[in-house]
Amino acid sequence: MTTRQEVTVGIGGAAGDGLDKTGDTIAKTCSRLGLYLSAYNSYQSVIRGGHIWLRVRIAEEKVYSHGDHLNLLIALNQDSIERHAREVNSGGAIIYNSDKLKCDSVLVGDGVVTVPLPIAELTKPLGRLQPVMQNTVATGAMLYLLGLDFEMAASVLADTFKHKGEAVVEQNINVARAGYDHARERFVPLGYEWNFTRIRRPFITGNEAFALGAVAAGCKFYSAYPMTPASSILHWMANHGAKCGVVVKQCEDELAVVNVAIGAGHAGVRAMCGTSGGGFALMTEAIGMAGMIEAPVVVIEVQRGGPSTGIPTKTEQADLNQVFGASQGDYPRVIIAPTDTTDCYYTAVEAHNLAEKYQLPVTIISDLLLSEHPETIEADAFRHDVPIERGEIVDYWPEDKGQFKRYAFTKSGISPRVLPGTEGGMYVAATDDHDEEGIVISDVFTVPPVRRKIQEKRMHKVDAVLSELVPPQLEGPHDADVTLIGWGSTSGVIREAIVFLTQQGIRANHLQIKYLHPFHSKEVTEILRSSKRTICVECNYTGQFARHLRAETGFSVSDLILKYDGEPFEPHHVVQQVRAILEGRSRSLDVTMDEAREIAYHYIRVHLADKVRPARIEQVDGNDGSEPLWLIELVGREHGEKEGELRVGKQTGSIFQWQPAVLSGGARAD
Amino acid sequence: MATVLELPISAYESVVDPDWCPGCGDFGVLRALEIAAGKLGIQPKDLMLVSGIGCSSNLPGFIHAYGVHSLHGRAVAVATGIKLANHRLNVVITGGDGDGYGIGIGHFIHAMRRNLDLTYIVMNNQIYGLTTGQASPTTMKDVRTKSTPLGNVELPINPVALALVSGATYVSRGFSGESKHLADLIGGAIAHHGFSLVDVFSPCVTYNKINTYDYFRKRVYKLDAEVDYDASNVEPALQKAFEWDERIPIGVLYRSEQPTYEDLEPALRDGPLVRRELRLNKEVFDELMEEFM
Repeated sequence: MTTRQEVTVGIGGAAGDGLDKTGDTIAKTCSRLGLYLSAYNSYQSVIRGGHIWLRVRIAEEKVYSHGDHLNLLIALNQDSIERHAREVNSGGAIIYNSDKLKCDSVLVGDGVVTVPLPIAELTKPLGRLQPVMQNTVATGAMLYLLGLDFEMAASVLADTFKHKGEAVVEQNINVARAGYDHARERFVPLGYEWNFTRIRRPFITGNEAFALGAVAAGCKFYSAYPMTPASSILHWMANHGAKCGVVVKQCEDELAVVNVAIGAGHAGVRAMCGTSGGGFALMTEAIGMAGMIEAPVVVIEVQRGGPSTGIPTKTEQADLNQVFGASQGDYPRVIIAPTDTTDCYYTAVEAHNLAEKYQLPVTIISDLLLSEHPETIEADAFRHDVPIERGEIVDYWPEDKGQFKRYAFTKSGISPRVLPGTEGGMYVAATDDHDEEGIVISDVFTVPPVRRKIQEKRMHKVDAVLSELVPPQLEGPHDADVTLIGWGSTSGVIREAIVFLTQQGIRANHLQIKYLHPFHSKEVTEILRSSKRTICVECNYTGQFARHLRAETGFSVSDLILKYDGEPFEPHHVVQQVRAILEGRSRSLDVTMDEAREIAYHYIRVHLADKVRPARIEQVDGNDGSEPLWLIELVGREHGEKEGELRVGKQTGSIFQWQPAVLSGGARAD
Repeated sequence: MATVLELPISAYESVVDPDWCPGCGDFGVLRALEIAAGKLGIQPKDLMLVSGIGCSSNLPGFIHAYGVHSLHGRAVAVATGIKLANHRLNVVITGGDGDGYGIGIGHFIHAMRRNLDLTYIVMNNQIYGLTTGQASPTTMKDVRTKSTPLGNVELPINPVALALVSGATYVSRGFSGESKHLADLIGGAIAHHGFSLVDVFSPCVTYNKINTYDYFRKRVYKLDAEVDYDASNVEPALQKAFEWDERIPIGVLYRSEQPTYEDLEPALRDGPLVRRELRLNKEVFDELMEEFM
């Protein structure tokens, strides 16, 4: 984007530096001014230290991803300057606490202004302050540089701190003003001119949307075990459970979580549970139970980087296979992958309705990006009066009608249910296979036709589900050169990539699929068959969705665009790869120069105590000719003198050699 | 106090006859449960049996009431969800020692910590019956079984001791061969407001040739026959819990009245969750949305 109608601010610091609150203040200020935001937080699995990198994209019109620019950096620690200063686009600024940090000019690009803040001096008249107040000074400076309204920020600070009393509110506002005034005295605004509509809109994450949708749909039971990135559903539910009349239960493990939820669902309460990949792995047996005893339950799996413990705070879309393959045997289930934040709300509603109407487990599959990134939605995006459809529930069964057939072999496959406690309806729900009355058939003589008919009854329910689900639509020109296919959270970034591609003369259309099971094979096959070139975009190594597509339609897509480094797609990733594909260029897995620099930073952090930084990088041949190498010169951060060299394999990414320079004059040891 | 309308055993008769081996201890437990429920006047519609997998876990199919025959080791968890959804139901968990004290032991301990108003009847035969005779968590040391042909080298779990230190508020032990006594124990357990454990010696006549009816008849003695036994203290109860070899106490080891999890859960204050209006109040919804602006 080259117009001035948007800006991306990045705040970098360590865990414990109060980044969250700063991000909140900025987000709320911009939101209340009527701007649209999309933010993404890159953080680590650590409580203190590490690197937190929060990017907030701010625009006059709705944006669908956190974009791929950086216009203003607020650096709360030295590491953030080191990592991100060079990413700031020309015309931008770097704000930092000059009492504690240094911004080396060698790290700063052309046309980027550095904004050192002498925090102690600026805040001296304001009394004794906590170190975290440096954030608020920086926020004040940022507001001036970006042409954002100070008074709105002041009112946000007033709201945030009102529970701590007038004095604290005053102090915070004055601290912010000190930063604002300093910037105004010393610097020129960056040239953003905004139209503030001041329309208030919610700024919300996917997980919060799931929770809200569930309670709007009448969910009264939520169980969970803390696991990134699903825990925020538990936190929201725990904070609002009493108000909404929801029982919120943190259980001892995920085995308990899902079994407790199914017990509640069986007893007639809308129940939901949430987890990530590793937790879902523990839930799979019980999900089969829900299918067998025909109990409603909603399970949310928020994918994160795997395999195993993986990269807990990073995003990925690699659990499709697990969710699809969950539990033994053939059993009725529904799997939905919502495509954006608003969709999370309505998917939660739909999931509870489907679970009860069809008496089966519904798994919602999300990912860290979708669940955790906050974005602006329209004020009326979430409707209160959502449909609540419970299916057929019998509330009394007279004795003269005999045994209630809980699993009656009906034409639709749906057998009306009684809730435990209902007069006359007594039956036992068994995980062993059973007849219409629920009597187990596996112990004395397993009657083949009874087994055949009950299996058909259960599975037939899913056919009816499909007829209720809206098929995916192809968005964009039907005669496009390329069709980009995605599932779940990639919808926003693909949409934005297509805008860029179109500007570059490449016509693309977009197929985003959310109903994974049952699957709209007929409609999807038709769309794929009439596409000129099909490219599947997903965040995993093996192309799990492309495989699923092939299994459900027989259609193999032409190409794959895959990402599995833990960070989400940004528009330029998709654009570059589409172009490479269309131009017939090979797409290499070689380490790029930027990646080599990051590998060097990793080595420097782990082995060289952050005393040096990478400077000149050039490609050289490997000594033994096995692979070309990146030769990275390392210079001291204090003095800028060469301290040594690192060699990183271009193909393998392996660190071959750390070669310290001889410090006391004379020839280097080679 | 209103008169309880007692129900006869026939009120709980299922169309399905138990398929346990003739002589199985579980027959006695089933009968004791029916007597106890009848004496308490519990209608079949208000009785919910939850089990796992195993011979003992087949019990819900043999009694006319609501039931969930769930997964191995998960009965306590499923029962927890059912109880929280509708705490007016009398939820009775029935299963074996393999199911409850092995794979299910985590849920067992946590349910006791919560003091949920559940009754857990464990038919403890110190063997795995349905899978034809392997060692179980309560198999005694040195016993030879299908999976321990050279003798079991592990110590058995002590379920009543575990219950005492985990917060259960009604801890008892029964014997299938003492059916009247067992019926009283089960009645007390169901009537008790809190987590009740009834660990029952329920001999497996097919696979356990050591812990037989005779074995127990020689050893069990009734605690309530002991004049000076005070079931309101954990320490003396723990001592009784460790008595084995020559003499094994049966009866109520410990009983205490404490608030249950359901008593303390705010969302249950207005009655069973299953009766609550599903539609969220519009004002509440607007307040929730406001928090994001």
